[in-house]
Amino acid sequence: MILETDARKELERLAKITRYLILKTVHQSGAGHVGGPLSAVEILIALFFKVMRIDPKRPDWDDRDRFILSKGHAAVGLYTVMALRGYFPVSELATFDKGNSRLQGHPDMTRLPGLDISSGSLGQGLSAGLGYALGAKLAKKDFHTWVLLGDGEIQEGMVWEAAHVASRYRLDNLTAILDDNGLQQYGWRGKGRGDRRDPWDALPPARIFEAFGWRVIEIDGHDFEQILSACEIARKGAPAERPTAIIAHTVKGKGLPFTEGKHAWHSKVPSSEDLQRALEALGLDESEVPR
Amino acid sequence: MKALREAFGETLVELGEKYPRLLVLDGDLANSTKADRFEAAFPDRFLEMGIAEQNMLGVAAGLAHLGFIPWLSSFTVFFTHRALDPLRMLVAQTHANVKIGAAYSGLLTGYTGKTHQDVEDLAIMRAMPDMVVLAPIDAVETRAMMHWACEYQGPVYLRLTRDPSPVVLEAAYRFEPGRVLELRQGRDVALVGTGPQSTRLLEAAKALAREGIEAGVFHLGSLKPLDEDGLLEKLRPYPLVVTAEEHSIYGGLGGLVSEVLSAADPKRVIRIGIEDRWGESAPNDWLLDRYGLSAPRIAERVRKEVES
Repeated sequence: MILETDARKELERLAKITRYLILKTVHQSGAGHVGGPLSAVEILIALFFKVMRIDPKRPDWDDRDRFILSKGHAAVGLYTVMALRGYFPVSELATFDKGNSRLQGHPDMTRLPGLDISSGSLGQGLSAGLGYALGAKLAKKDFHTWVLLGDGEIQEGMVWEAAHVASRYRLDNLTAILDDNGLQQYGWRGKGRGDRRDPWDALPPARIFEAFGWRVIEIDGHDFEQILSACEIARKGAPAERPTAIIAHTVKGKGLPFTEGKHAWHSKVPSSEDLQRALEALGLDESEVPR
Repeated sequence: MKALREAFGETLVELGEKYPRLLVLDGDLANSTKADRFEAAFPDRFLEMGIAEQNMLGVAAGLAHLGFIPWLSSFTVFFTHRALDPLRMLVAQTHANVKIGAAYSGLLTGYTGKTHQDVEDLAIMRAMPDMVVLAPIDAVETRAMMHWACEYQGPVYLRLTRDPSPVVLEAAYRFEPGRVLELRQGRDVALVGTGPQSTRLLEAAKALAREGIEAGVFHLGSLKPLDEDGLLEKLRPYPLVVTAEEHSIYGGLGGLVSEVLSAADPKRVIRIGIEDRWGESAPNDWLLDRYGLSAPRIAERVRKEVES
């Protein structure tokens, strides 16, 4: 057991608050994504509260771990977790997608300190992460680079260009976490884990990463215990100096009965009633949510 | 005569000595772009990225944000077409300090045909915010621009060519961004070029002078930024302006000069370049003649326009 009971309960409380704030923020701005941020909540919280060597007061600290949200449309999830972690006030979430905001629809590193790259056009984050990891080796720095990928976006060929080169340079300081939530924006007709076919169907991403020479760890991406132990293993580096891929099995729209496994919630604006239903489903009272 | 790619390879080595954080990333073409010189001198700072240009742009962005100065080696077409999206989002939109050594630009790419002849790159790169767009006239300016680029913090696109071309600038030349170079004074017509095409304009001007047509010759090595007032001032005395470039007549040098003149000093501008079509495999002389870019063809066209 990595986590004491109290610590686990605290992370679970943060997860509920994050889920509610994601919905509330998208509701307020009238635009944004829901399904993808919800599936990544536990991963983001684990990274920002437990795993990464970071200091919210010094977002440009040279020796910090680097984090790249390759699936940039999950920006609202990242912003929520960063706010809760102390990078900026929770109240700033209300500016999401509004004019002059630091919280752009997709992460913009030129506006918000604490972002290590901009993202939005899919499938590009692993390459930037590879640059950081390669640079760390050249500069003899010991920080780790974490890249959060979506299972839909790894249909982009550029991801596999990066996977090949990362393996060739034996970058054991690079970890890709795949938010394997089983749905993409539209995808193929039929049923998989969600209400459309799985982005990879009969070809599991774990096998592809393995074929590219990565160490693969498969976990339940909503279980803090499993996320933390996988990240601990990843940070120590693979014995054969390989990069690590953590395949986190998740549920798109996780946590709310009306969003789980439904592709239509990829980007859909929740109504006031949806917010009420969310509070009930999460067992939260509005007064427990930071403003 | 000296090829710009030769100057590129030599200067990388020179800059490698001066800047310990300079790296070279290659897309499996270093023996063509001459970046292999850098690998020979600094093997640990030469990173082969394989035939995967999109990833190369992303890796460069990460390295740049760690404080390295990555210089990239590939052909023009693979930067501005194959890798355009990461070039845009990860490099330009983050203002990453990445230097793009775009070898083999234009038509004279060594019998490759239209697949490798990039006649759209200037239009694409000029339209991209945050991007500096440079096209040196010769080996001397290539070196000068590369030295400047290492001091400048931000993305730079350097348009290079494959085959030897005349060296016209003096060794002591210093590059200033935006500056319009007056290579020859004239009276009847202003010829404006970019890249080594500017040297063919000089040649054309000499031929025209023998027939009594005095052509001024101007070189725009710095397409972006550009000293627009300087350009206007230099072109003001001329009744006619002719631009020539190894690029589409849309959106490149001709487009730029027309944009500037139309707003402040409207006058006739003739744009010589690739007229909305693809290139083809052929010897250089044949291509320059076919597309109206050789000195004799330029002179012929200018004569016709001046007389009309």
